Amino acid sequence: MSTVWAPSEREQERRRIRRRQRARSVLIATLVTVGVFVGLGVAVTGSPGWPSVQELFFNGFHARESFDAVLEGFWINVKLFLICQPVILVLALGVALARTARSAWLVPVRLLAALYTDVFRGIPTILLVILLAFGVPALRLEGLPTDRLFWAGVALVLSYGAYVAEVFRSGIDSIHPSQIASAEALALSRAQTMRHVVVPQAVRRVVPPLLNDFVSLQKDTALVAAAGVFDAVFAARDYGNFNFNYTPLVVVAGFFVVMTVPLARLTDWLQRRYAERERAGAR
Amino acid sequence: MSALLEVRGVRKSYGDRVVLDDVSLDVAAHDVICLIGSSGSGKSTLLRCIDLLEDIDDGVIRFDGSEISDPRVDPREVRRQIGMVFQAYNLFPHLSVLDNCTLSPRRVHGLSKREAEDRARDLLATFGLSDHVDKHPDRLSGGQQQRVALVRALCTRPALLLLDEITAALDPELIGEVLTIVRQLAERGTTMVLATHEMSFAREVATSVCFLSEGRILEQGPPAEIFSNPREERTRQFLRRVLPS
Ligand SMILES: Nc1ncnc2c1ncn2[C@@H]1O[C@H](COP(=O)(O)OP(=O)(O)OP(=O)(O)O)[C@@H](O)[C@H]1O
Ligand SMILES: [Mg+2]
Repeated sequence: MSTVWAPSEREQERRRIRRRQRARSVLIATLVTVGVFVGLGVAVTGSPGWPSVQELFFNGFHARESFDAVLEGFWINVKLFLICQPVILVLALGVALARTARSAWLVPVRLLAALYTDVFRGIPTILLVILLAFGVPALRLEGLPTDRLFWAGVALVLSYGAYVAEVFRSGIDSIHPSQIASAEALALSRAQTMRHVVVPQAVRRVVPPLLNDFVSLQKDTALVAAAGVFDAVFAARDYGNFNFNYTPLVVVAGFFVVMTVPLARLTDWLQRRYAERERAGAR
Repeated sequence: MSALLEVRGVRKSYGDRVVLDDVSLDVAAHDVICLIGSSGSGKSTLLRCIDLLEDIDDGVIRFDGSEISDPRVDPREVRRQIGMVFQAYNLFPHLSVLDNCTLSPRRVHGLSKREAEDRARDLLATFGLSDHVDKHPDRLSGGQQQRVALVRALCTRPALLLLDEITAALDPELIGEVLTIVRQLAERGTTMVLATHEMSFAREVATSVCFLSEGRILEQGPPAEIFSNPREERTRQFLRRVLPS
């Protein structure tokens, strides 16, 4: 190329138009957003019951008073989440693999895995928490822990394991048969095919829905309060029962939002990236 | 005769990489323009720019006398009149062949279910696909799928048909059946721009052949001229490589 390219008149004009179009859509977005939020704010604070609601739920004094107790309880939620999550991943992948196994020897395992997902997805998580946390220690079996927190965690793992196993399984099923065929054509065993070809692709594909389930798990750590574990929700209810004020519950809600937002954003971002990549290949 | 499609000084770059550089091309009604050139020379990119799947970085594209590279132009209005077929067929796997072919006529062009189905059945029959009307795409061979993709594009009666290496994913036996359709279309006077690696086919059907090299149209002319007496050394090299001597 001999001459350096400089945008032509027409192109500069076009860029101006594109800029104007972009500016216009930003303006519309801003106006609509501000309008909606101002409208909502006015509707809520203008309602007849607002002063008493504010006193009962948004009381600055009680928020400060209960903050430390709630924070301490919240640590239990965080720890519970951090420990349960990896255990769930391992359990769920194992169950998913068991369900997709084809070997005749593994038929009983496959049946057990299917039974497990069916039963534990069917039981409401809160019931599972109560049943395990109060029921198992009551058995007074030698060697089993009697800590209610432990069994509440087990309940979360069992319940979420069943969900996440299904996510994994749908990922595994979504890998095109031609992939398995070409792996088998390379003389890989069934297990090697799973390990090196199918599972890596499947995991990549199910990361967004998995993260979504984990956002949900973060919130559901609050269910252990039903088993009398002194987590953030229990601490807030404890405070509220003494002081006849619900503000601590709102504080807990704030804590959970702060904890879940980063993961939710990460999920969004990953999903967008996957979508873009797929679109780039398909157009 | 004024051109149906006018491409003037089009430039397209991805980041620092200039993929199309000052490309100009005229397509009159009933023309069959073949784009040839080595892999990566910008054939697909040019077709995608014409179909407004990519924003161009400079130049002007006019279709039927009006500029379509204007950001204010609704690309969907343009695409109602332009058909495009991709190398990878891109049929919708969840729809039957018939539904693939009637989707746009019904949803975009406002045809009734009957009209759209009649038209699709007609075209499918013309191209030897009557037996497959109610099947799903994954039940068809590659050649059949690509023919369905062509019919799907034709069902909207486009004024211009863009074909991007539609035989590249097919084995030699199947290439023939797809090219037969394109040949029939050419004989009927369908205006087409097609990127192809099939030189003998280009020689046979093209009214004009463009040789692209590094994002530029290095040479354009009737096939007889380009294939037997190219002006440019680069064209000669390319043809020596792809043509069996
Ligand atoms: N989305 C993209 N981002 C970055 N570079 C791209 C993109 N699409 C195409 N290119 C580059 O643009 C150049 C031209 O690509 P194009 O697909 O138009 O070539 P082609 O002539 O159709 O080649 P082929 O005969 O292999 O299909 C290539 O070097 C390619 O790497
Ligand atoms: Mg291409």
